[in-house]
Amino acid sequence: MKGAALLAILSHWRRHPLQLATLIAGLALAAGLWSAVQAINAEARASYARAAEQLGTAGLARLIPETGSIPIARYAELRRSGWRLAPVLEGVVSFDRQSFDIMGVDLLQHPQAPALAEAAEAESSTPLEALRPPGRIFAHSETAALLSEAQQTHPVTRLAALPRGIAMADLSLASQLLRRPDSLSYLLVLPEQTPGLAPLAELAPELTHLPARAAASDTGRLTDSFHLNLTAFGLLSFAVGLFIVQGTIALSLEQRRGMIRTLRSLGVPMRLLSGLFIAELAAIALAAGIAGLAGGYLVAAALLPGVNATLAGLYGASVDGSLSLRPGWVFSGLAMTLGGAFLAGAQSLFALWRLPILAAPATLARGQQASRSHMFSAFCGAASIAAGLIVLYFFQGLVAGFAFLGALMLGAALLLPLLISAGLSVGARMAKGALAEWLWADTRAQLPGMSLALMALLLALAANIGVGTMVSSFRLTFTGWLDQRLFAEVYVTATSDAQGAELAHWLEAQGITVLSRRYHDTRFKGAPLRVYGFEDDEAYRSNWPLLDASPDVWDQTASGKALLINEQLARRHKLAPGSILEIKPGWRLPVAGVYSDYGNPNGQAMVSLPALQKHVPSLPNRNFGLRADPQEITGLIKLIRQEFDFPRENITDQATVKTRSLAVFDRTFVITAALNLLTLGVAGFALLTSLLTLWSQRLPQLAPVWAMGVTRRQLAAAEVLRSLILAAGTAVLALPLGLVLAWVLLSVINVAAFGWKLPMYLFPLDWLRLFMLALLAAVIAAALPAWRLSRIDPADLLKVFANER
Amino acid sequence: MVLTIRNVTKRFPGQTAKTAVLRGVSLNLEGGRSLALTGESGSGKSTLLHLAGALDQFDSGEIEIDGTCLSGLSDSQRSALRRRDVSLVFQQFNLIPSLNISKNIALHARLGGGWDEGWVDRLADRLGLSGLLQRYPEQLSGGQQQRVAIARALAVRPKLLLADEPTGNLDETASAAVMELMLELVRESGTALFLVTHSEAIAGMLDQRLHLRHGMAA
Amino acid sequence: MNANIILVASSLIWATAVQPQGYAGLGTDAEGFAIPKPDTRLTFPADHGLHSDFRIEWWYLTANLEGADGADYGIQWTLFRSALAPGEAAGWQSPQIWMAHAAVTTKDKHLFAERIARGGVGQAGVQTHPFSAWIDNWQMRSADETLEEISLSASGMEFSYDLNLMADGPLVLQGNAGYSVKSASGQASHYYSQPHYMVSGTLSLPDGPIDVTGHGWLDREWSSQPLAEDQSGWDWFSLSFDSGEKLMGFVLRGARGDFTSGTWISADGTAEPLAPGAFQAQPLNISDVQGREMPTHWHASVPDKGVSVEILALNPQSWMGTSFSYWEGPVAVIGSHSGKGYLEMTGYE
Repeated sequence: MKGAALLAILSHWRRHPLQLATLIAGLALAAGLWSAVQAINAEARASYARAAEQLGTAGLARLIPETGSIPIARYAELRRSGWRLAPVLEGVVSFDRQSFDIMGVDLLQHPQAPALAEAAEAESSTPLEALRPPGRIFAHSETAALLSEAQQTHPVTRLAALPRGIAMADLSLASQLLRRPDSLSYLLVLPEQTPGLAPLAELAPELTHLPARAAASDTGRLTDSFHLNLTAFGLLSFAVGLFIVQGTIALSLEQRRGMIRTLRSLGVPMRLLSGLFIAELAAIALAAGIAGLAGGYLVAAALLPGVNATLAGLYGASVDGSLSLRPGWVFSGLAMTLGGAFLAGAQSLFALWRLPILAAPATLARGQQASRSHMFSAFCGAASIAAGLIVLYFFQGLVAGFAFLGALMLGAALLLPLLISAGLSVGARMAKGALAEWLWADTRAQLPGMSLALMALLLALAANIGVGTMVSSFRLTFTGWLDQRLFAEVYVTATSDAQGAELAHWLEAQGITVLSRRYHDTRFKGAPLRVYGFEDDEAYRSNWPLLDASPDVWDQTASGKALLINEQLARRHKLAPGSILEIKPGWRLPVAGVYSDYGNPNGQAMVSLPALQKHVPSLPNRNFGLRADPQEITGLIKLIRQEFDFPRENITDQATVKTRSLAVFDRTFVITAALNLLTLGVAGFALLTSLLTLWSQRLPQLAPVWAMGVTRRQLAAAEVLRSLILAAGTAVLALPLGLVLAWVLLSVINVAAFGWKLPMYLFPLDWLRLFMLALLAAVIAAALPAWRLSRIDPADLLKVFANER
Repeated sequence: MVLTIRNVTKRFPGQTAKTAVLRGVSLNLEGGRSLALTGESGSGKSTLLHLAGALDQFDSGEIEIDGTCLSGLSDSQRSALRRRDVSLVFQQFNLIPSLNISKNIALHARLGGGWDEGWVDRLADRLGLSGLLQRYPEQLSGGQQQRVAIARALAVRPKLLLADEPTGNLDETASAAVMELMLELVRESGTALFLVTHSEAIAGMLDQRLHLRHGMAA
Repeated sequence: MNANIILVASSLIWATAVQPQGYAGLGTDAEGFAIPKPDTRLTFPADHGLHSDFRIEWWYLTANLEGADGADYGIQWTLFRSALAPGEAAGWQSPQIWMAHAAVTTKDKHLFAERIARGGVGQAGVQTHPFSAWIDNWQMRSADETLEEISLSASGMEFSYDLNLMADGPLVLQGNAGYSVKSASGQASHYYSQPHYMVSGTLSLPDGPIDVTGHGWLDREWSSQPLAEDQSGWDWFSLSFDSGEKLMGFVLRGARGDFTSGTWISADGTAEPLAPGAFQAQPLNISDVQGREMPTHWHASVPDKGVSVEILALNPQSWMGTSFSYWEGPVAVIGSHSGKGYLEMTGYE
């Protein structure tokens, strides 16, 4: 009996291959995008973890200085108290024309030392040589090649296990290269500690203890928000995919009601039937899930370079390695597909369970019933939005922001049927001509069957508008900010401090205004802080992009009595003009102003150069901004090149810097654009499947109209028009939703994720483009059903009139 | 002559000349007159009705509606003919669920351009639909829905009204009432009524009668 | 007498198996390093401190202790110094590398720990005014510049100790006035000892703290090239007899024959270098120690002094599984003389 019943159930698909294809494609699409995003996230996280492991810092807690750095005497004291700590000194060093991140470690203490020793020996050097001049640098082979090219003084050992871009060296060399003989960046707390030691909090109250998990990866922490973004996108795509599937599952069961009735009359128990349907759905979901994983893998592989660009652009984090199949996202993808399929099919399966043996064929919800369901859905939508608002009001941060966005999007989607239906009645009232009236009324009648697809479209369009507005606003702000911030006409980087001094001297002799940009890297409350020393100049006063300032901000700052901080720092630590900030132990200054500083994840402060020099002797002196008449720039650059032996890249004019910055910015949002387009594609597909799903239910409504003398071609055109009307209505409603979304992204999410708030700009041309895109999607989605309709055999239409006997 | 059918044959795919659904059927019907088409299930009644309504194509013979030969008409010409000159009433009423009664009645007439508000009002009145105009089909009883279908068909002032078991879904009383009304209105408007039925009682109410057996007039 | 443990060991810090090439790489030459000279006269307290011109140096203390529970214990506290280049420099530029080993041995347990550090930053070092030798929180400290009275502490994951040592006799210059020859071809080191410590204090063991008393022996030695090319390891004995007499003796095992030497210390602390060959030691019994065959039961004799004793390890498994590994543990002495002492064996691979 089981076999026979199963065969009967499955025979449905032979007659409806398109439906099966839709079901599988919808589920696969949902699973695909979701797993693509998961795969990317998993890859990136693994990459950060790998980097931490390769640097020997994985799983270790850290002691981080609140301000400044850790003196080595302090390190020795802590060691003498019995704690086993490994010192690390980080910084950037320039060889030739290139900068390298140096990580100085005590090769006698560092957890990674054995690997380094092995590598050194493989190059027939004894490990001990690395402790003595000229020292030895360890780096990934790519970085090692650059290092070997840039300098010959220090031998370089290739070590594939190190992350790219990092040069690791013993502290004897690193402290020399970084000119920091007496200080350390942080201390790693080694795993094995003897029992009974005094707690570190007592011994070193001035150091912040960063537990292993938090310390696991600075990059991981910084980029969490980005990955949360991706996940949100993935979830959105997944939800849209489920919208597609829900309708198809419902239809496939609907169409088999007759068969179910027959089977039940033949004595097949309902329990068995339900079981068979569940098994069928599970099998389809599994097949679709596997197809989706394959697709997701390809999508992820295609997107990964874009993700890399984004991460590099926003956080300076690099994700290396190619994509690999990780059990994590493979299983989560399959589980999501199965769960999603059952979620989508739950209502239909439940209805099937409750179906009396002799139920009449179902009819679509119409008229009263439909508007009641619209009202209910709208009520839920309003409640969802209200809940989101409450969350946003009472909680803060990234998760609250996303929760609000989720609630807002869901609520808006639930409100959609009512709004569209209202819009359609208005349209019907304004319609001229019988055919037009019929079209509007018919469109409204189709709404229940289309509303899920329209919700999907609404979400996709709103996401596009929201994210697009955010990116474009960001870009506009960023461009304006670059104009303000890059006010020097020429930027020069000297290759050494000595050359820097020489250059500054020479330029002044030429009568050129030189603004030297010298900085000191330190830490504030455990996070990196770069303190710039600036020379008072009118240019700063008239150009610097201040967001908030006390009255005599520049006088106060220039005289060394106050400092300026960037927005990130201000927001993270709730600092405002008037707050006091401790740059180094004993050096406290009030904040006089807050300036915008986009594209930089870290905190930054500006003090007057003399004040900085007083507190931090031997600042590097290599970066200069030159003021020059725009017409003289080319000449000036040429002159400097003649006079000094600089690599080409070390002298750039303002325009070049701007172009480069914008190029980086644009690369940063490549991934967003790609995901946007994909989501829209999914929504278009949802539209198509719902139209195809409705197809068989459409004929009884179309046949009488045809019989009244409306040609099939007209009917086909009506079909397209109907799809257009719905898409247009949805697009119109998506606009305000998208703008709210943009506002949340700019004012809530960005603040939490990056620490900067951006003004919102409107881009009506983009909306128009998107509107046209939505219409295009509607036309494409309606094209197939319309084409079928225009070609339909009259006999098929006549069947509608066949008398039921 | 509103409807002339001459020696029409029709074969569905897979049928031979011997098993063709219609094998040389002929009939004539004048305006204001009514004809009952009877026959066993499968005798070709509905098919002949569809052909007369320009809904389907025949293989040989000729059908003329008010002097227009159907053979050789293009799809759009046939559609135009259906809009203006031919109306249909079906057993399942086939009202448009998304339009209210008033709009349902007016739909066909407005599509054909023969919209006459006074006539439609009168029709609604005669068919007892005046109080129901703002309702939707799903809110009406079967008899009421069929009266709406008849109103819709006659609102066009068609030359030819085709009805396929129009009272098949109604009980006997309602059926008789609907038929009487329809015949009355047909006579008044000079429309030719071509009606398929299996009911002897109804067939007996009409002016002419044609009985089909195996696709031929018996 | 732990020769060049330190240099090899600091290579081994890197966890790669450097094959000890005849324990040398050191026996070759000492570029720029000072070389022990026979006419050098040791002066105190200066020579308690470090000799950064020499390549290697150590402060090596062992003690045989008896607990309040009547059980025998042994402890070791060693600070090695090994220079990558002669002299000292500030901060991370320092060429001095420090390594320390600490151990506690009981009849059935041998607990040990290791620490490594670089000179220059203050994590490890030796100073003389007052005397202090330290690495991390392990230290050997005196209230003045002498080694008359010192405190000693160290800790590992499973043990720690805190001991007071009081000298009950004079310093002993080993070899010829502190010039100790290590091979027939003339390799040598500067070497003196304080073998007369009375020890009291507390051991903390996994089972709890235990008060102990006993005798301690400090070795101070520095050199730049103590082993000959063919020498592969050594067996070194420091024995305190119940009679109050003490014996230090070693066997340097070489391909071209063993080299033995020693010092006889009479009860009043007078030291008498033994002639080459006067000290003899033969394994009596072999134990399996971490997969190695090692003699943990010896016969030793100094015929001139009427010494013929058997030497038995308190715990044959006294293996120091540190970066550079060796056997080091307390022993009991029976025979013509009875007493206690320490045995060190290296080069058993």
